[in-house]
Amino acid sequence: MALDQIVDGLSEVSCDVLVIGGGTAGPMAALKAKLKNPKANVVLLEKANVKRSGAISMGMDGLNNAVIPGYATPEQYTKEITIANDGIVDQKAVYKYAQNCYSIIEELDSFGIRFLKNENGDYAVKKVHHIGTYVLPMPNGETVKKALYRQLRRARILISNRYMATRLLKSADGRIAGAVSVNTRTAEMLVIKAKAVILCMGAAGRLGLPTSGYMFGTYENAANSGDGYAMAYHAGAALANLECFQINPLIKDYNGPACAYVAGPFGAYTANNEGSRFIECDYWSGQMMLEFYNELLSGKGPVFLQLKHLHPDTISEIESTLHKVERPTRGLFQQGRGVDYRSESIEMHISEIGFCSGHSASGVFVDDNARTTVPGLYAAGDMASVPHNYMLGAFTNGSVAGIDAMEFADSHDFAEFDVADVAVERDRVMAPTKREDGIPPNQIEYKTRRLVNDYLQPPKVTRKYELGMRRLAEAREDMQERMIARNAHELLRALEVQSIMDCADMAAHASLYREESRWGLYHWRTDFPEKDNENWFCHTLLSKRDGKMTSEKRAVEPYVVPIADDEKDLYDKQRIRATA
Amino acid sequence: MPLASFQTSVPVVVDDAKCIADKGCTVCVDVCPLDVLRISDMTNKAYMAYDECWYCMPCEADCPTGAVTVNIPYLLR
Ligand SMILES: Cc1cc2nc3c(=O)[nH]c(=O)nc-3n(C[C@H](O)[C@H](O)[C@H](O)COP(=O)(O)OP(=O)(O)OC[C@H]3O[C@@H](n4cnc5c(N)ncnc54)[C@H](O)[C@@H]3O)c2cc1C
Ligand code: SF4
Ligand code: SF4
Repeated sequence: MALDQIVDGLSEVSCDVLVIGGGTAGPMAALKAKLKNPKANVVLLEKANVKRSGAISMGMDGLNNAVIPGYATPEQYTKEITIANDGIVDQKAVYKYAQNCYSIIEELDSFGIRFLKNENGDYAVKKVHHIGTYVLPMPNGETVKKALYRQLRRARILISNRYMATRLLKSADGRIAGAVSVNTRTAEMLVIKAKAVILCMGAAGRLGLPTSGYMFGTYENAANSGDGYAMAYHAGAALANLECFQINPLIKDYNGPACAYVAGPFGAYTANNEGSRFIECDYWSGQMMLEFYNELLSGKGPVFLQLKHLHPDTISEIESTLHKVERPTRGLFQQGRGVDYRSESIEMHISEIGFCSGHSASGVFVDDNARTTVPGLYAAGDMASVPHNYMLGAFTNGSVAGIDAMEFADSHDFAEFDVADVAVERDRVMAPTKREDGIPPNQIEYKTRRLVNDYLQPPKVTRKYELGMRRLAEAREDMQERMIARNAHELLRALEVQSIMDCADMAAHASLYREESRWGLYHWRTDFPEKDNENWFCHTLLSKRDGKMTSEKRAVEPYVVPIADDEKDLYDKQRIRATA
Repeated sequence: MPLASFQTSVPVVVDDAKCIADKGCTVCVDVCPLDVLRISDMTNKAYMAYDECWYCMPCEADCPTGAVTVNIPYLLR
């Protein structure tokens, strides 16, 4: 059979809880749902293969946000995340995470994932953040996926690999009814009816174009093309604070973390070309990213991660982590360039833009039970709005979502969707395969993402945004009328471009709506350069209403943990003061 | 508009002498998050069919015979 030949087909299955995305949050959500009701059917649908999918495909070097008794308190963590987010936080969900995450660490430990301990057998947590101590190294971090997979098999979760979800189905009264998906190797379509659906499709990581020009050289796992954001949008769910972009400091060109969280606790630091420090704290916040950006452009760039002053044994220890887990090709990359950390610093740069709550705060709106605004629809991990969630947040909130979704499924019957909706979706999905002639998805994707870089990347200028939106609309027309896919693999990419285009439109719309500057570089609007707490101390919610993109304000919920006036701007003071 | 094919030097290389795809192995094809590896109809060995690689390594790490080598994609090398 010819490579990835297109097969015409449509089948339907049903389950109690459908989890979409088997990276980090998804496996935990599926596991918890199944343990909650072992008699129920739980399906875990994954675009790639659950064994090696998602941000943690090669494991992780540590937990970035562990709240461990004796080192940090839930109150302290909630305060830190609130301040790092310029106050725009519904603390209830953050506080709940902070309370629950320790028991998830213990559970992961029982799965065989080890965390660094000191001589006394206590967790050896390191300080990276401004205020508290939350970073916990994982000495056998490469085993995370294997350990999770064992649990899924044991619990008899039904895993469907190589199925890409494309749209959600709802009933006339607005409840979730299931999802449509397509096999990425045959283009056969599969409709999954479900009583509850949990979205765990990761960040929108293929929005901006990496400076290397290589489309798949993204910070995020390049399979995370923002499908979850697009699906939630088309299902009418609200998305929160999308203008709070994700931008990260990374190894230049390689585009992966260096990683200051690993090396920082050993004494490494970020420096300019004079060898001087210029930021107070390496924790990734928008304020820190603004200082990084300013330094790059100031004539004092490039910016480096400085290690060479450390003892050779220490450097070897850092190397053994950086070159073994998470992004193991870091070693190969440095070797290719002849960079030895003992004699040379690591050149750093900033990443392309994306949406991600795992590192920032742009995600599908969820409450503290991981519920979206659509009944029966849940979201967890990088694509859900709980800010600065990272890996442990994906596990912890995935767990919350799994349990709550199963309770929902246990108390509801299947909602009925309109079969006409499936036919419409089938036509949309297959359209690029029906054309004889046209533009391949890679060209439309390149152009879209190049426009995102040219027009939407901060600093955000209103006039540039208006032009960018016009250019994007032209590219959208090409995508809708002229894109071709000659086999199932190209169809996968063609569907991903449609998510990327939707995310670009949402990024532009959300950014123009918030008429102030906030979150440092993430939302720096040159036409509104000041923070405006009087009018904009609020979330923004974007959603599809009557077929149109709309934005509205949503008040920040009253704090659970009060923040004193003199603490509010701690993260605004990222630049090291010049001393005489 | 007619299409032209585009030359690209792919980052992932398979050593045909070591690859046992002809004996039924598909491990690297199965695990790749970007789904860019295939078994060739002509040689019955694994190869990189699409230059869309996250240089992440599961293909190399999981290959039972050590046949896969992941290189850094040329554009960012
Ligand atoms: C390079 C890197 C380093 C990091 N380092 C750390 C660290 O040291 N410590 C830390 O705590 N955190 C770290 N993080 C963050 C952490 O890894 C993430 O926050 C977390 O793993 C996100 O989990 P997730 O489940 O939301 O997404 P993912 O784990 O990325 O999973 C998303 C899944 O959805 C699938 N998917 C996407 N679209 C579809 C679709 N249409 N249909 C079906 N499936 C789909 C994808 O294939 C993928 O498997 C890092 C992230 C990256 C990228
Ligand atoms: S995993 Fe190794 S042996 Fe198996 S098909 Fe791939 S290259 Fe060949
Ligand atoms: S390095 Fe990753 S993306 Fe590239 S072929 Fe191997 S598994 Fe696939």
